[in-house]
Amino acid sequence: MIAVDHLTKKFGDLTAVRDLSFKVEKGQIWGLLGPNAAGKTTTMRILTGFLPATEGKASVGNFDVFEQPNEAKTILGYLPEVLPLYPDMTVTEYLQFVAAIKKVPAAKRREAVGKAVKVTGLESVKGRLIKNISRGFKQRVGIAQALVHDPLVLILDEPTIGLDPAQIIEIRSLIKSLRGEHTIILSTHILPEVTQTCDGVVIINEGRLMASGSLEDLTASIRHKEGLLIKVRKDSPDAAAEIRKIAGVDKVEAADGELKVEWKPGLDLRDDIVRLLVEKRFGLLEMRPVAMNIEDLYLKIVSGGSEQ
Amino acid sequence: MKNVWVVAKKELRTYFTSPIAYVVIVVFLVLVGFFYYNILMWFNAQAMQMAQNQYYYSQININQMVYQPLFNNMSIILLLMLPLLTMRLFSEEKKIGTEELLYTSPISVNQIILGKFVASLLVLLAMLGLTGLLSIFSFAFGNPEVAPILNGYLGLFLLGAAFIAIGIFFSSLTENQIVSAILTFGALLLFWVLNWASNSAAGAWKDILNYVSFLQHFDNMTQGILDTTDVVYYVSLAFFGLFLTHSVIQSRRWR
Repeated sequence: MIAVDHLTKKFGDLTAVRDLSFKVEKGQIWGLLGPNAAGKTTTMRILTGFLPATEGKASVGNFDVFEQPNEAKTILGYLPEVLPLYPDMTVTEYLQFVAAIKKVPAAKRREAVGKAVKVTGLESVKGRLIKNISRGFKQRVGIAQALVHDPLVLILDEPTIGLDPAQIIEIRSLIKSLRGEHTIILSTHILPEVTQTCDGVVIINEGRLMASGSLEDLTASIRHKEGLLIKVRKDSPDAAAEIRKIAGVDKVEAADGELKVEWKPGLDLRDDIVRLLVEKRFGLLEMRPVAMNIEDLYLKIVSGGSEQ
Repeated sequence: MKNVWVVAKKELRTYFTSPIAYVVIVVFLVLVGFFYYNILMWFNAQAMQMAQNQYYYSQININQMVYQPLFNNMSIILLLMLPLLTMRLFSEEKKIGTEELLYTSPISVNQIILGKFVASLLVLLAMLGLTGLLSIFSFAFGNPEVAPILNGYLGLFLLGAAFIAIGIFFSSLTENQIVSAILTFGALLLFWVLNWASNSAAGAWKDILNYVSFLQHFDNMTQGILDTTDVVYYVSLAFFGLFLTHSVIQSRRWR
């Protein structure tokens, strides 16, 4: 649905995106991940036809964004990093204007705006001037604007930036609810956002592709150990010694009042460990998996630079 | 065409939901009314004196003595006010980030430019149309000729259209509205007085400077002369301004 093929963008001497390629299948949500100035916004601007690429191709649906810009733009909704809102319009007026320039037929505009308002939860503010509504609502108007013409492809640049935690959760669940009908790319530098909402991820740094693939594939590729963090009431060295006796356990170490247990991937020792702790009455208080996920990969890539 | 109107409607809404259009129209009308009143008072006094003499009496001409100076004054007021109408057209889109919405929508840059141009033209039409009410007095108490007046208004409209196109061009250059207005104002004033330099110029330069200046063409129109040269001049100036705007926007994105 979205294909980026050997894309390069130069601003004078500065190369913002270098030879970037990735693909997103229909109906999926993918995250574009990278530190600040990695080239996320530039990539999105090229995909939306706002900026032309120096080299390479990008296509949305079956339309090349350079060769058939109008067709591509018709099936594309875009939330830029800076919200493109007219402060002197009411929410409804604004969405009607957007629907009109996105080629929604006049007869269907009212319905389209009504739907976008409903989906994004803007009913209570739809008659107010945009300059008078709160930041959270503005962000939702931005998303409503991207959705109003029911595009096949949504490109969201930092959709949850500047929101409070409750609003972030709302916007995330809104984005998740769009999965299936819409193909979505969202950029972010907030890691949990990717693990919670996305099917796949493209990690870029300094304009280069560092890794891309589905979340499972990527995390599997770096998961060479499985582990648990355990907290017991009686923090005795006995507990560590007993756990160490379980077949398959590689390492047990105590840290911050917790025990970190690791074993080889492919095994599942959780049952055994719990049984042991309960039978020996160590007083199991807490048990959680050691995070071995996209965050590790990301940190490795971004801080390590050349490691892949 | 539909897209042009969508953009124009949006601009008109912005003009009339913010105070810009009202302020520009009202100030314009107050100034024009003041000039009209003063010229009319002067004309009355003049006509009274001239009526004493058979020859001068036949020379009294309200078109020449009232409307011609009035149109000249109106053109200067337009020069001062239209940059304020055009300064925000592209500067603001750039500043608040809405250009990203416009340029990622399936409408062409030309349609956006034309939409903004049409919206400003409609405000200009409203400004000029409302001053037409003043002529009620001229027609109630005198008998001016209609054709030269309409011709003068046509001249003002064409002149205004050219001003607006130039204003739109400068608005596309900067995201600062004040800078945009000052550049427009400076350029318009320069074009206005360009033919002053023709006094010291020689040969073809003299003709070129005279042709390029607003003044010559506008004088013709206020005198009731409808020459295609003048119409072509204003239309091509407006076209040139819009064309430059298009080039600026496109080149900025391709850089």
